[in-house]
Amino acid sequence: MEPFQYLEHTADVKFRARGHSLEEMFGNSALAMFNAMTDTSKVKNRETWTIELESESLESLLYEWLSELLYLFDVELALFASFDVKLAQAGSKQVRPEQVGSEQIMTEQLGQAQSGSGTGSEGWKLKARVGGERIDPKRHFFETEVKAVTLHQFEIVQEGNLWTAQVILDV
Amino acid sequence: MLNKVDDYIYEVPQDRQKGMRVPGRIFISDTLVDKIEQGTIDQVANVATLPGIVKYSMAMPDAHLGYGFPIGGVAAFREDEGVISPGGVGFDINCGVRLLRTELKAGQVTPIISNLVEDLFHDIPSGVGAKSRLRISDHELEQVFTQGAGWAVDAGFGVKEDLEHCEENGCLKGADPKHVSLKARKRGRPQLGTLGSGNHFLEIQRVDEILDQDLAKKFGLFEGQITVMIHCGSRGAGHQICTDHLTVLNKAVQKYKISLPDKQLACAPIGTPEAENYFGAMVSAANYAWANRQIISHWTREVFQRYFGDIKMDLVYDVAHNVAKIEEHEVDGSKERLYVHRKGATRAFGPGRPEIPKAYRDAGQPVLIPGSMGTASYVLCGSEGAMELTFGSACHGAGRIMSRTQAKKTYSGLDVKDSLSKRGIKVMATNPKMLAEEAPEVYKPSSEVVDVVHNLGIARKVAKLMPLGVSKG
Repeated sequence: MEPFQYLEHTADVKFRARGHSLEEMFGNSALAMFNAMTDTSKVKNRETWTIELESESLESLLYEWLSELLYLFDVELALFASFDVKLAQAGSKQVRPEQVGSEQIMTEQLGQAQSGSGTGSEGWKLKARVGGERIDPKRHFFETEVKAVTLHQFEIVQEGNLWTAQVILDV
Repeated sequence: MLNKVDDYIYEVPQDRQKGMRVPGRIFISDTLVDKIEQGTIDQVANVATLPGIVKYSMAMPDAHLGYGFPIGGVAAFREDEGVISPGGVGFDINCGVRLLRTELKAGQVTPIISNLVEDLFHDIPSGVGAKSRLRISDHELEQVFTQGAGWAVDAGFGVKEDLEHCEENGCLKGADPKHVSLKARKRGRPQLGTLGSGNHFLEIQRVDEILDQDLAKKFGLFEGQITVMIHCGSRGAGHQICTDHLTVLNKAVQKYKISLPDKQLACAPIGTPEAENYFGAMVSAANYAWANRQIISHWTREVFQRYFGDIKMDLVYDVAHNVAKIEEHEVDGSKERLYVHRKGATRAFGPGRPEIPKAYRDAGQPVLIPGSMGTASYVLCGSEGAMELTFGSACHGAGRIMSRTQAKKTYSGLDVKDSLSKRGIKVMATNPKMLAEEAPEVYKPSSEVVDVVHNLGIARKVAKLMPLGVSKG
């Protein structure tokens, strides 16, 4: 199994990432995104970041996962290359996981969209430990900058025990 | 699949795809139409399914495959039944172009072009992870969101006249930073006053050819003159605002029972909290982008003054090419307030519109079309045809024809740099490898694109500008 491959797209970056589990597919999607920017084999595992997310569907969780990583990349000026992802389907009695301050404020500000959470709806939770290091311009060369994760032709497909995600990045 | 309805006008029939509310219109030449991808036409058709769309889902001659809307897409929506969609604006909100004119002639600049480009590259941070020289507070960032370029001028970056020569005077009304997340602020604060990367650039140019003497005079342009073009947008702040609200609007699509062919077209009916919150945040990002270009202009002037003393560098104009705005247009004989989305398209208002600065009002709005690296850029002037055909819109650039993957396989960044250097164009970039993706050959020739809008009477050609030096991220 190839962890990811890039597909032809005139203006942007399109990839398919695979995994024998959802967790592996989430990790490989993240790797595909960072590898589009820089050679991720040059990224050392020097620091660890923790990410916790919750979303109402698997698709939106993947979108938020990749968007969260891009956000961290931009504010921490760090590159990531190892992804230890844990996913769980949120049950009705589970407490909403603790979130970083910024996330909390954002959800409050964006208000009405959060209505479904915590009321027993079928949601997904993600906890991840992400390994990487701060950008070092002497060792990390960028071939392109990913601006954002788009939802155009965004899909997750399961065939047997193989999960595939298709994502287009705005560059 | 496409029906030619007139010279340079091709129609995407309304029965092409289920749910289309209006036909599509692609403004393109017979030669360029052969190069347009199926996916781009699909995207024009997808936009035509959005509620409240007026007349046509349009695409400019530089149209190419995007996400949601095609790049080069224009669509207007009725206030009472229409929608607002971030897919019609893009992630880089108010990505745009501005042009500064100097009193210098090419001969004064070419001998020191390397020094100038090196200084610009050094003084104006660009590339991935670049931090601004500017340190602004949370309070100042809030003012940037609400006041745009006006904040920058008040803070000492430029002069009042700059604002007069800026689309919307560098500040779109309706900013509502309450709906700008803390994440967007965290990304935006350290990046105000940075160029970014990708196709963004800062270019020293020579006016190569005057194509309309009267209009060129009006815009203060003459042959052999040195100009500076700045192409950039709202950086991480804009990207984050679009990302945040896309999530919200995706849920709104279900709430308001809108059926969409593509999730990236997520939208909400005008007047609903989801749509208005996005609009207020999007306007904040647009204002951030105008402040950004204003600050970069000021630093550009400082570099030139280092070499040429106290020279004048007036702003010709500044245009947004990724934005949604409320504008008045004539529809079937009566004036209507419309939400016009332009994604990779430039406003090109014809003569007489009150939005155009006084100095240009009887001529039309300057329309700035950046070339790809190493190729010509154009200054056009908005015409009556744009008001009739395209809700006052024209193309925004050359339009990609080769993917980034293919470009990297075909060209090497260093070769691109060398071949430009042989043509007398000095290029500086953070990573030469990046230049392969932006090789001149991966874009349609901008002259062909510009000819279409000229011949259609959307915007008239005024001047052709050729690069002498380029600073890229």
